[in-house]
Amino acid sequence: MPTRTVIVGSAVGLHARPAQTIADAAAELKADVFVGLPDGEPVNANSAIMIMTLGAGNGATVEVSGEDAAAVDTIAALIEKDLDA
Amino acid sequence: MPTHEHQSDPDGLDTRQAAQSAGRGDAPRPVTISETRTGTPVVPGVAYGPAVVVRVDVRPEAITAFGTGNFPDTAAALAAYDQAATKVADRFARKADRAAGVASQVLAASAGLARDKGLRAAVHKRLEAQEDLLTAIGAAVEQFAELFAQMGGLMAERVTDLRDIHRRIVATIVGEPEPGVPIPEVPSVLVSEDLAPSDTAGLDPRVVSALVTERGGPTSHTAIIARQLGIPCVVGVAGVTTVASGTVLLVDGAAGTVVTGVDESEAQNLLAADQEARTASAAWTGPGRTSDGSAIKLLANVADADSARASAEAPVEGVGLFRTELCFLDRTDEPSVDEQTAIYSQVLDAFHDVGHVVVRTLDAGSDKPIAFATHEGEANPALGVRGVRLSFDNPGLMDRQLDAIAAAASRTGVEAWVMAPMVATVAEARDFAKKVRARGVKPGVMIEVPSAALLATQMLQVVDFLSIGTNDLTQYTMAADRMTTDLAHLTDTWQPAVLQLIAITADAGKQAGKPVGVCGEAAADPMLAVVFAGLGITSLSMAAAAVRPVGAHLGTVSMDMCAEAAEAALAAQDPMAARAAVRQVLGMP
Repeated sequence: MPTRTVIVGSAVGLHARPAQTIADAAAELKADVFVGLPDGEPVNANSAIMIMTLGAGNGATVEVSGEDAAAVDTIAALIEKDLDA
Repeated sequence: MPTHEHQSDPDGLDTRQAAQSAGRGDAPRPVTISETRTGTPVVPGVAYGPAVVVRVDVRPEAITAFGTGNFPDTAAALAAYDQAATKVADRFARKADRAAGVASQVLAASAGLARDKGLRAAVHKRLEAQEDLLTAIGAAVEQFAELFAQMGGLMAERVTDLRDIHRRIVATIVGEPEPGVPIPEVPSVLVSEDLAPSDTAGLDPRVVSALVTERGGPTSHTAIIARQLGIPCVVGVAGVTTVASGTVLLVDGAAGTVVTGVDESEAQNLLAADQEARTASAAWTGPGRTSDGSAIKLLANVADADSARASAEAPVEGVGLFRTELCFLDRTDEPSVDEQTAIYSQVLDAFHDVGHVVVRTLDAGSDKPIAFATHEGEANPALGVRGVRLSFDNPGLMDRQLDAIAAAASRTGVEAWVMAPMVATVAEARDFAKKVRARGVKPGVMIEVPSAALLATQMLQVVDFLSIGTNDLTQYTMAADRMTTDLAHLTDTWQPAVLQLIAITADAGKQAGKPVGVCGEAAADPMLAVVFAGLGITSLSMAAAAVRPVGAHLGTVSMDMCAEAAEAALAAQDPMAARAAVRQVLGMP
């Protein structure tokens, strides 16, 4: 399964608005994408609430995985951006 | 002033059949039942429009009535959830479209939360475990709320959002109006228990034509916001939140009435009359006079250079209350005499050729803590070390402020008077007056503590003027905290005991031939202004926005009528009766 490891770029971490932006993007994708902390249980990226439960702050390492490599890349790129800027 | 054709019963409800307007054909018309509810009038003016009822919580009765919802299966229950969540999300999205900037982004995020797939999955899982719909939603929300609360920081703030979404979804499912302040589509009367500062942020007077609350008093947050927005406001209207949203209401902010079932054409007449009165007050140019020419000085309350410059444009004869604490808030250390002199000079400068400026020394403490001045950890700060009492163990603070005020007065050439807040004894007034006179400035004291009002004659033997702070005088006379909405009926300046103390103070001024003014929210009430004039008050100080309506109204009443109104108010047994008696004296409906 395609997996990418990325660093959270948003200054506030994966919090309200960045989490919502990622969830909105994931909902548009045809394949499910999951995000998780290196040692933790991954959550579906289509839910802002689930993303927020990760508590991933700015600079945290996050693993992005899914069946569709392009979808994984889309979400990974968003996580790396500063969405709150 | 607007005229009513019907009588309203000040004790509660009256019913009446609305007059049917003639000349619109012979078809039978529905007979409308009119109901009048009465509360405390706060901002005068007439508004007519549909009620938008703001709810904080979903009524427990509605939840009980809904019960388990009797869904045939899990899929049907989940469909009900989806439908409600989509509705709530759509409403947020529409608001987001109309808002701008950060507010729009926050509303969009709320829309996202409402349709969140993770929340939906948690609800679904609980439904499969045979929980009923409302229980499943409540438990799913709590599960995330607890987790966010544990995470702390920014995540903990999301708990409020989650609970807000929860209330809205539940309300929609059980068929109740959505909680929170909605943004009306057409100009509407906002009806609520009471409004919190967060509710009123961004209230738009173009779509909110009046504010009506079930609780809260004339000094509540709702009242202050209504005054700022200049929209009619009535507070403390018992039972008003039971009115169904969409019910057309006629609000009279001068009479304190909220009426349903008013005939459309009658309402339009009242609106037109109100518009005429507003036009008359807009055209009022001062100075403050009764109809027979007795002078009542109308003054402005200011807090800084900006508000001073804006207020100097209004038809005022000076400043009756310059609150100096704003210069001290958000400071960790005391500003130097030079800094203070510069700030005070800016305010005084605005009133060249306008009139004198009454400067109040630092009124910190209680609800206005200041880092370097106030005492922390008092069990009862409203009765603690505040106002002039701060100088008991820190006299230098007041000395330096008086130095700066005197310097600003001589620098600008504007006449400055200085008064101390929270004075309780004649000795305090004497000490203060000595310090002020030594600097060549005119001393006075505020009358906020009942003991000071009772000793007004002795106070005027040592100072040159008095200024009555009605908010605190009311709170201390009635032993009722201004912030306690359950006691709003007590924290009303129309309470006869408060008016008695004001009468005693005004009388002392007449005997001594020295000015006695009123500052505080009560001075902005056009009817109370008449009563104050009748009691012998010589000046009224208020927010600049209130000056024209007060001045225009005073100009329609003779001094004899003012005295008669004052007598009627003093003789009444409670605030409602006092208002009714004064309206009768003034020939108001």
